Amino acid sequence: MLSDKDRIFLNLYGLHDPMLKGARSRGAWDGTKAILDRGRDAIVEEVKGSGLRGRGGAGFPTGLKWSFMPKEIGERPHYLVVNADESEPGTCKDREIMRHDPHLLIEGCLIASFAMGAHTAYIYIRGEFIREREALQAAVDECYEARLIGKNNVHGWDFDIVIAHGAGAYICGEETALLESLEGKKGMPRLKPPFPANMGLYGCPTTVNNVESIAVAPEILRRGGDWFAGLGKPNNTGTKLFCVSGHVNAPCTVEEEMGIPLRELIDKHCGGVRGGWDNLLAVIPGGSSVPCLPAHLCDDLPMDFDSLRDLKSGLGTAAVIVMDKSTDIVRAIARIAYFYKHESCGQCTPCREGTGWMWRVLERMARGEAEKREIDMLLEVTYQVEGHTICALGDAAAWPIQGLIRHFRPEIERRIDDYAAAQKTGGAIMQAAE
Amino acid sequence: MSDLRKLIVDGREIEVPPSYTLLQACEEAGAEIPRFCFHERLSIAGNCRMCLVELKGAPKPVASCAWGVSDCRPGPNGEPPEVLTRSALTKKAREGVMEFLLINHPLDCPICDQGGECDLQDQAMAYGVDTSRYHENKRAVEDKHIGPLVKTFMNRCIHCTRCIRFATEVAGVPELGATGRGEDMEITTYLEQAMVSELQANVVDLCPVGALTSKPYSFKARPWELDKTESIDVMDALGSNIRVDARGKEVMRILPRLNEDVNEEWISDKTRHCVDGLRAQRLDRPYLRVDGRLQAASWSDAFAAITERVAATTGDKIGAIAGDLAGVEEMFALKRLMESLGSASTDCRQDGAALDPALGRGGYIFNATVAGIESADAILIVGSNPRKEAPVLNARIRKRWRAAQPPIGVIGEPADLTYDYNYLGAGPESLSHLLAGEGDFYHALSAAEQPLILVGQRALVGDNGAAVLSAAARLAADVGATRDDWNGLSILHTAASRVGGLDIGFVPGEGGKIAREMVSGDSGLDVLFLLGADEIAMPPAGPFVVYIGTHGDAGAHRADVILPGAAYTEKSATWVNTEGRAQLGNRAAFPPGDAREDWSILRALSGALGKTLSFDSLAALRAELYEAHPHLAEIDTIKPAERADFGRVAAIGGAIAGPPFASPIKDFYLTNPIARASATLAECSAMHLGPAAEAAE
Repeated sequence: MLSDKDRIFLNLYGLHDPMLKGARSRGAWDGTKAILDRGRDAIVEEVKGSGLRGRGGAGFPTGLKWSFMPKEIGERPHYLVVNADESEPGTCKDREIMRHDPHLLIEGCLIASFAMGAHTAYIYIRGEFIREREALQAAVDECYEARLIGKNNVHGWDFDIVIAHGAGAYICGEETALLESLEGKKGMPRLKPPFPANMGLYGCPTTVNNVESIAVAPEILRRGGDWFAGLGKPNNTGTKLFCVSGHVNAPCTVEEEMGIPLRELIDKHCGGVRGGWDNLLAVIPGGSSVPCLPAHLCDDLPMDFDSLRDLKSGLGTAAVIVMDKSTDIVRAIARIAYFYKHESCGQCTPCREGTGWMWRVLERMARGEAEKREIDMLLEVTYQVEGHTICALGDAAAWPIQGLIRHFRPEIERRIDDYAAAQKTGGAIMQAAE
Repeated sequence: MSDLRKLIVDGREIEVPPSYTLLQACEEAGAEIPRFCFHERLSIAGNCRMCLVELKGAPKPVASCAWGVSDCRPGPNGEPPEVLTRSALTKKAREGVMEFLLINHPLDCPICDQGGECDLQDQAMAYGVDTSRYHENKRAVEDKHIGPLVKTFMNRCIHCTRCIRFATEVAGVPELGATGRGEDMEITTYLEQAMVSELQANVVDLCPVGALTSKPYSFKARPWELDKTESIDVMDALGSNIRVDARGKEVMRILPRLNEDVNEEWISDKTRHCVDGLRAQRLDRPYLRVDGRLQAASWSDAFAAITERVAATTGDKIGAIAGDLAGVEEMFALKRLMESLGSASTDCRQDGAALDPALGRGGYIFNATVAGIESADAILIVGSNPRKEAPVLNARIRKRWRAAQPPIGVIGEPADLTYDYNYLGAGPESLSHLLAGEGDFYHALSAAEQPLILVGQRALVGDNGAAVLSAAARLAADVGATRDDWNGLSILHTAASRVGGLDIGFVPGEGGKIAREMVSGDSGLDVLFLLGADEIAMPPAGPFVVYIGTHGDAGAHRADVILPGAAYTEKSATWVNTEGRAQLGNRAAFPPGDAREDWSILRALSGALGKTLSFDSLAALRAELYEAHPHLAEIDTIKPAERADFGRVAAIGGAIAGPPFASPIKDFYLTNPIARASATLAECSAMHLGPAAEAAE
């Protein structure tokens, strides 16, 4: 379990002053100038050395991402874009940062922008996050006032933060769709390549990072990459905000070490599964887009990128959705499928057509109104969507269904049998009447 | 050549430029890549996913239309990137995408106008599977009403967005877009307004399925029952290459034909939808005015009446005016006839534009050429609205503007040309400012390597026309637009017949009268021949008018004798486009009733008049024509102007003053007798011009 001295987010629950004075008392903005004085390369190297992997879901090494930006600032300005469009169902970590520890994010923006030669950072906030935007804007205003950021600030690196408010589309959390939306266009993912580091916002080199990735950067640089790398496991280092929701006694967002066993996470911080550990049916370990894992795989489950990948699931945003045995798992996944059908942007064929198809089949399966051969057909359709789309939304729609079929096929078959049996006994007359 | 990249496509090693996309590279290697959203002339969308191919080393199949050759990484040992277009993975991906495209596509192929020429149908045969696993209800989408030309069946839409990209990029009127998202995405205009672009019907050709079909042509014919004839359009002076599809004697539709130098693969709505005008208001037998009323007559009666009047007068009291749609052959025959009658009064310039073929070809053709627009780095438009006078040419200017943003200046009527321009003034005095070297735009023009000065017909009509043309030529010389390697002085014509007429000298000879004089009350003419001339004020009572033409339009109303001719789809004839490019049109159908090809009418008439022309066949006519004007034999090529021409034009001089230039085209849809006979174009015209019609809705 993470000891208090290693915590980065000291005001996660809003118990203290989120504003500049309080943030300073917790260590924010301490020695920022000295960090910048180390130079771009040193900062990128330090972050690389910390092993920090992107907290937005894909787990791409953050330092490496920063290093993709052109070394020299050419004719086109560089931009940092912070993805605060936290929309993955189950995820509620970035909003806590923006509400209660915004200065960590702002300081991180300054450092990250400096490290990639950007003078402007855009923070794209999800449409529904009204209060978060207000809190963050207040913090940004404070920083301008205190000349921590802005033109001729105390850190010697001209730097502006622009907060942009989305309109509530899930797809705008995809980095290139986010850039489109930021440019004022319809939020539809771009084709890659070219990647944003080459052609991003307004065609300029851009790096898009998650809020949490940016917010932990100042602390890493203050305490050293080795400190961060010493936490967690190799290749899965540091601390992470876990958002536990669902059938636990005390749902919460909590900062923990990477690789913490799931059971420890739930029992220590969330008061255990409702009805006891044995009442656990399944867990979605990383937000709605990753495949679920049945209870028998959860007993000794380390919560990190690589361990979960080995189980054909993923850490995603570390949004743990716990489902006890009262859950109708097929209905639950059907609801997730509906979400992806609703949020598909409609640009490319497999996702536009496939998400609706998968949802409709699942809806029938949840009622049992299907045939057993359709299970394999559904599985095949998910593979037809996965990997054939412009962005990862197609994958995100396919994975939960693959997880369901992988682990709960008997449950689906049982329903189909039950439904067929009911039709035989009760439905004969009705059928004749049709 | 050293920067070519090696690539292995299906085991075949090829070398392609790094700027190629994988799709281009695969085609270079002879591999066929299915596609829906990709189109050579539109931006890359990459959204249909049909062109997925396996790229060795890539974790998933890549969209070949969007993936650059330079984006491919070599293998671990430096071996060239390998693309597999026939692998199991590729096949699986294509079948998957095809299945997705088909699940919500209606099974209404038997009643779909796209049937037989449907990309989805064809590719489903080649890349699809033969059964459906989709048992849910298909998506239902409401059809949209987007104007009189494009009919929508939105159930069939596969969301390739070609139409959106065309409207936004090529037509320059961003009126199509997608609303909704996911499977609820729908293509529509803003609030279902009608489209306004003059190029809108091209989206019908672009649509790979039957979602956007031609409204006037809907349910009329199947592609396989049509006889396809390659021909040339005469609705404007661009000479767009077209394919005329006829069933039996009836022209059913007109489609564009690819010609990179002229119209690429677009045609204007007028070109496409004048089809029903070929059927309506036709003159199908000779008429003779008896007691003030036109009465049907036989050819011999008609000829006898003409012979009587011609015999009663002398050559200097006979005149002839050629209309805007006439082919070179019939003008040549008419000119010969007029010469043999002793008349010098022939004119093909109905609008009175001050273009004089005696000064040389350089003074009246679009010297820069249409394709040359794409290398112009400054454009001055004088007295023209190219969007209305030649929409496809205007799309070329827009293409250039999108690619390089050359400075564009306009003198004349301000209008939405679909690109930004500097408005320099309304009339001749603005041109004289430029000529005096004043203003920023003069510097932009003179700084340009290849400046283009486009002069429209409106600048050339009226008393100062010659002076304005001369001023434009002097300006062109001044800014370096008339060099050996670049001729930037470009005349944009509005009439398909005009350059051909000027080429063969269908203008007044020694002592001859110009068109305006011929139709004036005191012309002194006894007999006036009108070869399809309808765009000119008709002469008051006086001369005996012989109208040779196709439609019951202005000329026929005034005529004393009507000789029914053949429309452009009904004869083989030469037209010379505004660039001076001779192009040969072909016969797709026969003229109606007793109507005949115009040259043969003139040949027969010459016999009746006792002045028999020396040719008995079209081939013999052409042999004489080519002997007199050898460059007309060079079909599809342009005989470039000589530099001396520009000097002669510049030397005209004269004061440049006068009223502001206005567009010669008041109503794009109704510029000639065929278009005016078309109900479709009348509807378009009413929709665009009539606020009354809007209010009635």
